[in-house]
Amino acid sequence: MVENRPWLTVLSHAVLIAGIAVIAFPLYVTFVASTLTLDQILTVPMPLTPGDQLWENYTKALLAGAKGGAAAPVARMMLNSLVMALAIAFGKIAISLIASFAIVYFRFPLRNFFFWMIFVTLMLPVEVRIIPTYKIVSDLGMLNSYAGLTLPLIASATATFLFRQFFLTIPEELAEASRIDGAGPMRFFVDVVLPLSKTSMAALFVIQFIYGWNQYLWPLLVTTDESMYTAVIGIKRMIIGGDALTEWNVVMATAMLALLPPALVVMLMQKWFVRGLVETEK
Amino acid sequence: MEKRVVFRSTWLPYALLAPQIAVTLVFFFWPAAQAFWFSFQVQDAFGINTEFVGLRNFVELLRDEHYLESFKTTAVFSLLVAGSGIALALLLATMADRVLRGALAYKTLLIWPYAVAPAVAGVLWGFLFAPSIGVVTYVLRKAGYNWDWVLQGDQAMLLVVMAATWKQISYNFLFFLAGLQSIPRSLIEAAAIDGAGPARRFWTIVFPLLSPTTFFLLVVNIVYAFFETFGVIDSTTQGGPAGATQILVYKVYYDGVKAGDLGGSSAQSVILMLIVVALTVVQFRFIERKVQY
Repeated sequence: MVENRPWLTVLSHAVLIAGIAVIAFPLYVTFVASTLTLDQILTVPMPLTPGDQLWENYTKALLAGAKGGAAAPVARMMLNSLVMALAIAFGKIAISLIASFAIVYFRFPLRNFFFWMIFVTLMLPVEVRIIPTYKIVSDLGMLNSYAGLTLPLIASATATFLFRQFFLTIPEELAEASRIDGAGPMRFFVDVVLPLSKTSMAALFVIQFIYGWNQYLWPLLVTTDESMYTAVIGIKRMIIGGDALTEWNVVMATAMLALLPPALVVMLMQKWFVRGLVETEK
Repeated sequence: MEKRVVFRSTWLPYALLAPQIAVTLVFFFWPAAQAFWFSFQVQDAFGINTEFVGLRNFVELLRDEHYLESFKTTAVFSLLVAGSGIALALLLATMADRVLRGALAYKTLLIWPYAVAPAVAGVLWGFLFAPSIGVVTYVLRKAGYNWDWVLQGDQAMLLVVMAATWKQISYNFLFFLAGLQSIPRSLIEAAAIDGAGPARRFWTIVFPLLSPTTFFLLVVNIVYAFFETFGVIDSTTQGGPAGATQILVYKVYYDGVKAGDLGGSSAQSVILMLIVVALTVVQFRFIERKVQY
């Protein structure tokens, strides 16, 4: 603060509070709707204070799902989302970690070729190669399976870059000392590189967990079996079309359940999240 | 930058790279190559006969009014999303940079929409503005405004822009805040001593110094609007009404999955890939400049 301008400080707070209120409003309405009965939601205008159906709606969503459309219990979908998010996050971190270790700490023929090959995948987001990728996954018999849900999304240029950048900052002396002490590359990797990479891994984990949890187009294509739906897909399948036909109270409870885990990860691991976000874009 | 100290092994580096390369080959290069291959073919409705037709799919696409319309829709959509997202986030970040009290609380309360899936964001906003039961719809109708995005193209566009921007504000906010905090205080103080007020300081010092961040965010937001907003569109308007919100990615999906036009959809995929390549090149050239700055 360069100078004291009380009115400007008041204005700043006012703008921030207004911004937060506008941003939080859709979430608030969703929460309220998830505590009402369907009839209450369908009376226009819908009440804007929480009702008493919280327990009923959430247990119904978790254990039974909405009637019509997809009748699968949301608990199962949350489990699928969790498996998908964790598999993608851990998978990306694991294969990128060893790949960038190879690229940074070894000299071998075709090293640059492999590096560029990984780099180019940045330019092939799943959205532009939907149909052929779908065909391949279907040829491999991986539709409606966790492997089909996660494997095509697991290669990551950003994670490989992040680890490469980080490995390049590890002092040469550490590798030198390990070699003098007679440690082989894998020993060096496990005892020196892995412990040093913990912060990068944590930051990357937060970003990739959210990425995995929020996937939409891909699970929409590869899951046709209700028991393999992820939570995000589940919501979409519950909305039948026609405002009166959809069981909005259950849909809204499901929406809350679907957005809570990643939102909690972001808010509780804020430090890692901000770090991961800034670093992956370097 | 290269390491001086390296390890020697004839097989280990290949073994370490193998998983990443395998996934890349099977799920990235192979499908991309197939998209190229399909884009030169025409398949009949049952997928029995395929015929090599050269560039006909591309020529037909570029003559197709709907496709050109979808280009225009995508341009309007991504510029609106990027523009409004950047402007709002800059406003909030400037304010958050000023306040001392409660800064962390404000930050925490502003970043959570990043965690919401685009499809869920679409459901939330679609519900608020639902033609018959929406809370905001009710207020708008009371004010004498006829709101019904299911029928009116402009309103449908407005809805998806709002939902897509809402989700992206936290991302822009964090980058602007980091950019603002890296501006040397001495510059601002010098300007203040010279008698420049807050508004003047913002436009003559802060805003120009933020321009690398702004440009970076512009590219990132356009990429976001092009590809990641599929969920927003599919959970609200599904490209309607009458194609008013049918962005390119949605059309690839619709033509390929719903309409079963493999050749046309693949040709669109190839065009999209070219757009991503162009955007990535722009982004990386810019990042090289950022290092000097």
